[in-house]
Amino acid sequence: MSDEYVLDATGVTMRFGGLTAVRGVDLRVGSGEIVGLIGPNGAGKTTFFNCLTGLYVPTEGTVRYRGTVLPPKPHLVTKAGIARTFQNIRLFAHMTVLENVLVGRHTRTKEGLLSALLRGPGFRRAEAESRERALELLEFTGLAAKADHLARNLPYGEQRKLEIARALASDPGLLLLDEPTAGMNPQETRVTEELVFAIRDRGTAVLVIEHDMRFIFNLCDRVACLVQGEKLVEGTADVVRGDERVVAAYLGTTEGAAA
Amino acid sequence: MNTVTRLTKTAPAAPVVQEVSPARPASLGRALAAAGGALTAASTLVAWTWTPAFPGDLTVNGWPGGLQVLTLASGLLTVLAALGAYGVRGFRWAVPAGATTALRLFALGGLAVTWFAVGAISWTLGGSINVEPGGWFAAAASVVPVVGAFLLPQDPRVPLKPRQLPSWAELLLIAAAAGAGLLVFTYGIGTEGELFAGFLITAGFAAAGLAKAGLLARLTGLTARHRTTASAATLVAAIAFPFTGSDETYMSVGVNILIFATVALGLNVVVGLAGLLDLGYVAFLGVGAYTAALVSGASASALGIHLPFWAAVLAGGLVSMLFGLLIGAPTLRVRGDYLAIVTLGFGEIFRIAVNNLDGKSGPNITGGPGGIPNIPDLSLFGFDFGATHVIAGVPLGRFANYFLLMLLVTAVVVVVFQRVGESRTGRAWVAIREDETAATAMGINSFKLKLIAFALGAALAGVAGTVQAHVSYAVVPDPYQFAGAVPPNSAFLLAAVVLGGTGTVAGPLIGAALLYLIPMKLQFMQDYQLMAFGIALILLMRFRPDGLVADRRKRMNDEAAGATA
Repeated sequence: MSDEYVLDATGVTMRFGGLTAVRGVDLRVGSGEIVGLIGPNGAGKTTFFNCLTGLYVPTEGTVRYRGTVLPPKPHLVTKAGIARTFQNIRLFAHMTVLENVLVGRHTRTKEGLLSALLRGPGFRRAEAESRERALELLEFTGLAAKADHLARNLPYGEQRKLEIARALASDPGLLLLDEPTAGMNPQETRVTEELVFAIRDRGTAVLVIEHDMRFIFNLCDRVACLVQGEKLVEGTADVVRGDERVVAAYLGTTEGAAA
Repeated sequence: MNTVTRLTKTAPAAPVVQEVSPARPASLGRALAAAGGALTAASTLVAWTWTPAFPGDLTVNGWPGGLQVLTLASGLLTVLAALGAYGVRGFRWAVPAGATTALRLFALGGLAVTWFAVGAISWTLGGSINVEPGGWFAAAASVVPVVGAFLLPQDPRVPLKPRQLPSWAELLLIAAAAGAGLLVFTYGIGTEGELFAGFLITAGFAAAGLAKAGLLARLTGLTARHRTTASAATLVAAIAFPFTGSDETYMSVGVNILIFATVALGLNVVVGLAGLLDLGYVAFLGVGAYTAALVSGASASALGIHLPFWAAVLAGGLVSMLFGLLIGAPTLRVRGDYLAIVTLGFGEIFRIAVNNLDGKSGPNITGGPGGIPNIPDLSLFGFDFGATHVIAGVPLGRFANYFLLMLLVTAVVVVVFQRVGESRTGRAWVAIREDETAATAMGINSFKLKLIAFALGAALAGVAGTVQAHVSYAVVPDPYQFAGAVPPNSAFLLAAVVLGGTGTVAGPLIGAALLYLIPMKLQFMQDYQLMAFGIALILLMRFRPDGLVADRRKRMNDEAAGATA
């Protein structure tokens, strides 16, 4: 069981005072899978994400990565193998594109203060390797030509790509994407779709939050729908698309309108 | 005049007719600027006043003195830029990014310093009657290039691509720049009162003009390409300072500037790289100084031991680092403004504690308000730092010796800053500064790294403190406070970092030198000293919000903005 699922979240509940933002959600992501998480605004998708990545400690429930319970600290979660992007882009604006990706390498390198001061052969080798790996990721995401630009000077779409490249730099087994196509035109969305497939082909499982239904249903092997903090339905794209409750949650029902 | 005809000749045939009217003020402006600059420069060769009572002796015909030297320098810069504006062969290198703005700044600098001189003569000697015709001539002459420069239209031409020079020429240019820097610094540190105010005016306008002319950018490019050479040239220039035969008083100023600058650079690790606002930083300098005082054989030391200097440095650095960890561990859990307040509190706690550990209110460790006096001079390998040595024919006194020692410490701190800044740790610090949440999501243990930044910064300040204890004969609690009239204190340190340029090496060094010299040299203004200082700070922040030396990253941002504009 431990090897089958990259992510195994069981009974995750998150309460803020009297408000229950996420209630008893189970979600599993197998290796090589792309799973989508949908739901109307305020359904608790991002809160659930934050529970997975250690930004929040769930009130109840456990989150396992490849069979081991995740520690409740963001940097340890990343070290374990889960990387994420943010709904509102959070790049290191005054660092170059390359430096952003190099920061992503942080958990996979260990050169400390002393080796930085001494600049021995070990330090130089590690720096060269990190650089090479970062450049390779920039090549992969199509940003290689802009390696020396400041992150803040990139156009919007490329900033999104850079966030993904930065997250991939930590060699994650699972990548969490929080609305990766928000604000993109259809063409850019299609490019992102290709990118996500390519990431999966590299052996990284993907869990993605998105509002763009066409994007989600094209992309995902499985889709889960959260409504008011609870998982309403989970299944293949066709199952979820056909579920009346999902449609109702997004569009409202006549009963709901009457009540 | 023939240059003007040459210009019209080279212009394309068709637009000449249309361009006649705008071309006339342009050529007139250039001519006025060049001639006016030359006249201004020439005016410094006659007497401006009748009595040598005015500082600098401006009465000599045929030789500039005092403030006249500054007017001369501004006049020559104006002529240089004007020749560049003409496009005279051999002078175009002077204004690679455009001549007009640079010309205006140089001309304004000349005007400001000349009128300041005439005003100062009238004020000091009691009336404008004391200004000789030569002085009035200078005042009039300095107006001419300003008029000329403002007649010129803005530069239409695209900035020149710097010509690729052979690398020996580039190295020579770097050496020349380092030499010029030493010259300007030595001159500035030796000026007093009115002359220093004039120096500030001239240097300010000249630096702005050189920046607008694109020369500073060229220099930055050169130093970036030959970093080792540039560092070596700067170091050599700094080593040469005690050999310029300057007074021992100026050596004492020099060593104090170095201490201040080194501590500011240490603070730059904390503030500039990791983005942690520390308002109590000077306490770490104090910890280092007190540690050194306790273990260096001062008669009043509670420990009564005398360690060799290297051990004292190590002890000062380590104890300071320990205090950094102790203070950092509880405080670094809060962010932003809260951190600033908490560090401010800890900084004051240090000073008050040191004041009270005098044997009456507590155990006798620090000697209370009287501090630890009579710290013996250092002696390394038989070299007595207290004595005057003659090296290469130049007598080097006590402060010159300490200046050279402190220079070594500064160099070490610069190397530490650069190497750590460009490493995994340095990148993690900048990432935390930029966005702490995103940084932790990238796997950075932000608490640990902030603590490392705090401890490293503290250790660097502590090392500087060990030298400071020896230089100043005694350590007392007073200097280690949040704000005071004399640097270094926490407020001045922070100002040096912010004014100089956060995250850079050169910025805090230049900022510290200015912040040390300005209040000291403006003492002749007495009650207005602090006001003048405040005005200087406001002007700096208005015209250089990113600091005097902009960070590499900020520079890139500006370039990108310029390219799209």
